[in-house]
Amino acid sequence: MLTTFLLLPLAGVLMIAFLPKHREQDARVIALVVALLAFAVSLVAFAMFDRTAEGYQFVDRFEWIRASDVGFGVQYIVGVDGLSLPMIVLTGLLSVAAILVSFGVTLRTREYFIWLLVLETSVAGVFLSLDLIQFFLFWELELVPMYLLISIWGSGHKEYSAMKFLLYTIGGSALMLVGFLLLGLKAGTFEIAVLTEAPPTETLLPLAVIFWFIIGAFLVKLPVFPLHTWLPDAHTDAPTAVSVMLAGVLLKMGGYGILRIVLPIMPQQAQQFGMVLATLAGFSVIYGALITLRQRDLKRVVAYSSVSHMGYVLLGISALGAVGLNGAALQMFTHGTITGLLFIMVGLIYDRAHTRQIADLSGLMHRMPLIGTVLVITGFAALGLPGLSGFVAELTVFLGTLEVHPVATIAAVFGVVLGAGYILWTVQRVLAGPPNERWAHLTDADKWWEHTAMAGMLVAIVLVGVYPRILTDVVSGGIAPIAAILGGGS
Amino acid sequence: MNFGDANYLGPAITLFAGAGVVLGADVFTDRRAPARTLALLTILAAALCAVAQAMWGPTEVGYGGIIRSDAFSSFFTFLLLAITAAVLTASGGGLQRVAQAGEFYALVLVSTASMVVLAQAQELITIFVAIETTSVCQFILAGLARDDRSAEAGLKYLLTGAVSAAVLLYGFAFLFGLAGSTNLEDIATVIAGAPEGGRLAIIAAFVMVAAGLGFKMALVPFQAWVPDVYQGAPTPVTTFLSAASKAAGFAVTLRIFYTGLGGGDSFVATQWAMMFALFAAVSMTFGNLAAIQQTNVKRLLGYSSIAQAGNIAVGLAAVASGSTLGPSAVLFFLGTYAATNVGAFICVIVVSSRVGSDDLRDYAGLLKRSPGVALVLSLCLLSLTGIPPTAGFLAKLYVFNAAVQTGHVWMVALVIVGVLNTAISAFYYLRWARIMLLDEPREATTFMPSGTVGGLLTLAALAVLFFGVNPTPLIDIARRAAATLL
Repeated sequence: MLTTFLLLPLAGVLMIAFLPKHREQDARVIALVVALLAFAVSLVAFAMFDRTAEGYQFVDRFEWIRASDVGFGVQYIVGVDGLSLPMIVLTGLLSVAAILVSFGVTLRTREYFIWLLVLETSVAGVFLSLDLIQFFLFWELELVPMYLLISIWGSGHKEYSAMKFLLYTIGGSALMLVGFLLLGLKAGTFEIAVLTEAPPTETLLPLAVIFWFIIGAFLVKLPVFPLHTWLPDAHTDAPTAVSVMLAGVLLKMGGYGILRIVLPIMPQQAQQFGMVLATLAGFSVIYGALITLRQRDLKRVVAYSSVSHMGYVLLGISALGAVGLNGAALQMFTHGTITGLLFIMVGLIYDRAHTRQIADLSGLMHRMPLIGTVLVITGFAALGLPGLSGFVAELTVFLGTLEVHPVATIAAVFGVVLGAGYILWTVQRVLAGPPNERWAHLTDADKWWEHTAMAGMLVAIVLVGVYPRILTDVVSGGIAPIAAILGGGS
Repeated sequence: MNFGDANYLGPAITLFAGAGVVLGADVFTDRRAPARTLALLTILAAALCAVAQAMWGPTEVGYGGIIRSDAFSSFFTFLLLAITAAVLTASGGGLQRVAQAGEFYALVLVSTASMVVLAQAQELITIFVAIETTSVCQFILAGLARDDRSAEAGLKYLLTGAVSAAVLLYGFAFLFGLAGSTNLEDIATVIAGAPEGGRLAIIAAFVMVAAGLGFKMALVPFQAWVPDVYQGAPTPVTTFLSAASKAAGFAVTLRIFYTGLGGGDSFVATQWAMMFALFAAVSMTFGNLAAIQQTNVKRLLGYSSIAQAGNIAVGLAAVASGSTLGPSAVLFFLGTYAATNVGAFICVIVVSSRVGSDDLRDYAGLLKRSPGVALVLSLCLLSLTGIPPTAGFLAKLYVFNAAVQTGHVWMVALVIVGVLNTAISAFYYLRWARIMLLDEPREATTFMPSGTVGGLLTLAALAVLFFGVNPTPLIDIARRAAATLL
């Protein structure tokens, strides 16, 4: 079943590749159909998922590189547990949304949708992989589509930003590979489940070094201050759909990697450096929020707010307890939906006004009430209003971390206040105020695909906000074994 | 020696004979096509001989112990024949500056034949003669075009080649003096029982041998000839050098250091592992840093080939440290590297024959001018960087894994240098891809490669993708070939 999820976008890629040139616009329909099918697969998996069972479900596996007798056995294993399943649903949902908001793309249409679908497969592959080498393969695979999507269909300094994104990621992941190889050498396998069962205790390099090799890649991706500088550039210059995917799922690969690989395999090192992680997290929250306050570009506001919000994920992780980890996993999902939708809204405004400068925008509520309303709701979700999904996640994070890292938590709570500040201030400047004559010609969201994308994302945000158990039940099942390892590790 | 021994050298003899026929035919006609057809037919015949040799031929040493015919030599015979066939097929567009086409084809065949012998040689004098024959052919090939750059390339290659041959021979003389035999297996026996006092001489001998062979493999610090020769030689010759000559260099290095030293058990194993580790680290770093600044694509690929040689040398160091993966890692890397690099160079041949330039800026907007070539070249560049799903990704993974497997911390340090170099190399490989895919073309004219060259490019691209997705068949072949080395 999960392999189907990975193959569906690739099937779409093949179909689009053989599409005749004069039917280029059909590419978007094909992309939408396969993305919807993949999303449906993820929902079926979500519905059929046994919330009481332990371990991975829907596992597909075969031996990919058959040389295990000499220490080079690499397997293809996909499977989900409570941690990865929400990420797969998120990937499915955001891919559909990203394709919907790209219906207006006219430049090199076929290529655009091909790369968007390749991106979906590679990101989903990261979340589904249960073998370190396979994980690394998908991790690197994501570079090519992202690079091309930003540098061809982006704006501004798109080539610079795309290259910066690429070099940060490759540089970050280079040492991760060394870490993986060292772990695999000791365990005789790269299978994550086996490594989690019996983590290597003595490796060639000290485990603390391997810990930083591996977590380094994830911290770049998350991103954490001071490794975050690629993110605002990439976001600002990326097309809307790519920003949605980048903020919505790509950043989660970092948090997911820490939860899936770093914590279970190296619990002692995680405890040893928990304080460092908490400090980095606190810095990211505050720094991200402060920088956001002084952004003039709407997209940069959302981008820097992501740095701040992903800080909560790391903060939740750094407490190394069940509650905090749950909060981190929830925050990854909710931030994915909320920030994804925020980027969609920014994209819709930009499509119409052709500017993202906050100072130029004013009184848009009069011109586009629908976009305005959704933006307000999403903004409230982002600042953690109860009843919307952001609240649940942030509260859980703080509950889990307050006792362990009081200083960082208090700093992060202060970050929430700042967050409320910059979101309300931004929304007010853009939507309220006197209607500007310059924007008199602007229309509201009027295409069906724009409505569908907004509605789908809003449903996810409200659903999790009103009925969090739909998510928390699944997530806590996935977090429990990790928390058990951490609890017994010291 | 009886006639049956001919089986040992079937492919090489066919190639030598074919070279004679090509030269002979050149007397009767000035046109190129017949020479090329004859040369390709020769390769086909040699390939058939190689198949016969691999399936029914002898597997032991022949000619009184100087030649082997085993899975290892078969691997390289097929690899070299495939590279040569690709180079000859694609050579049409790259030889405008070359007057004597018949000579070109004959020299390539002789050079290939000698490299096939080199992969089979089990004895120092045979190795030396084979190396010199192939090198002399390549000196002439590099200088074959009628312009100053090519002449300079040929001369530079000749001079550095002569020095390295002298060093190599000196090392061989040491080995002979120590062992009293030129046979690698005898040398291995003597080395295994060497008294403490004689060890320094053995190490000195192997350092000199490594220096001489480092020239063929294009490892730093024996790389000085590479940029000028790569840039100045006719592009088909550069292709040939970068893939075939390098593969043969690594083949003979594996043979000498593995058979001649008895694998990773020998007392000098650590020394030569460290030596190759040092070469590898310096080659990767130097090659990549220098490549960043290049604006001529052939020169860029020259520095890139130095860096890639460094990657393969990581595998050599792993071999020396007793990694069970090491030898097959080197073979796998060489196989995928040949497909990738030949693919990239054929693209360069196509572009330079149409655009008349090897300047990086003239690749701007290639996607709009010749989409197929731009895509294949981009794929090859991804593979050279080592990004999935290409074969280059697995090749690097394989070699690095072999190195880590040795269990030495300094080998892990070498791998760290390697992965950081991958990040550096991404910058210039992908910059090139970006120029082709994103920049605006300077001219609007479009062009297509000819049918056969187009087919060749498709084949290279498919190989790069196939081995990136399903590497096991090639890994199996590489492992079987490596197993016969012991």
